[in-house]
Amino acid sequence: MRTAMRCSALVLLLQIASAHVGIAGEVVQVKINDLAFSPAEITVKAGDTVEWVNNDFVDHTATATSGEWDVMIVAGQSARQEMTKPGTIKYFCRAHPDMTGTITIVNK
Amino acid sequence: MLHIHSRGRSLGLAAAFILVGATVPAFAADKPSDPQIAHIAYTAGAIDVKAAQQALQISKNEHVRAFANDMVRDHTAVNDKALALVKKLNVTPEDNDTSKALTKQADEKSAELAKLSGAAFDKAYVDNEVAFHKTVDGALETTLIPSSSNGELKSLLQTGLKIFEGHLKHAEHLASTLK
Repeated sequence: MRTAMRCSALVLLLQIASAHVGIAGEVVQVKINDLAFSPAEITVKAGDTVEWVNNDFVDHTATATSGEWDVMIVAGQSARQEMTKPGTIKYFCRAHPDMTGTITIVNK
Repeated sequence: MLHIHSRGRSLGLAAAFILVGATVPAFAADKPSDPQIAHIAYTAGAIDVKAAQQALQISKNEHVRAFANDMVRDHTAVNDKALALVKKLNVTPEDNDTSKALTKQADEKSAELAKLSGAAFDKAYVDNEVAFHKTVDGALETTLIPSSSNGELKSLLQTGLKIFEGHLKHAEHLASTLK
């Protein structure tokens, strides 16, 4: 019984710890409203995470033209992607290619 | 209950749908009512979902299947919104000549596509998606949106147009990769 309680406590602690250490840098938000990324151009530091918040009623993707990442952003939900290396990444929505954005990643 | 009064008006718009790429002045004078518009927009969405389902049954091309999945997801989402709106507005969409013409044309196309398979099917399906979205986007822009009198319906159609313009671009890109 005591062992089980210790295990549960450990699992809980690990969950709390992972929730906090999951994102190393800052979270920079990009909103999706009416089939557009806003702001369409952002600058972040390497290690930061971009969070897209989809306020539309259809699903979107944030797909790097380089193929580096492809993030599904379900309608009414949000999704994240860590930006690891410095550089400029252009991205678009696969289902609605008129939706485009640019992320400039600078050194920490 | 709202009824459709003018057979002539509906026929005019129906003709515009049949003639892919019909010019604006040919039907700009025909002003459909909100219940007609709601039914036409819903029918167009349902047709594209059905076409995508056929593609998912026949196509083995991953890009075509991904496109078809996008069509099912988006058009279902738009049509769900449309249904919720007509319920809220207490409007009863009714079948009309334009909806009938759209359905007839789609059934014929579906029968034609059913005879194909492999790359021939993929090309025919995607080419038809390009043509269909051009026609529907054109009708939304020049007739359905300007004719809608309810603000919420107009707004939903405007968002729908943006979504479908994305589909057109996606379909055109996909078509350029198919032989």
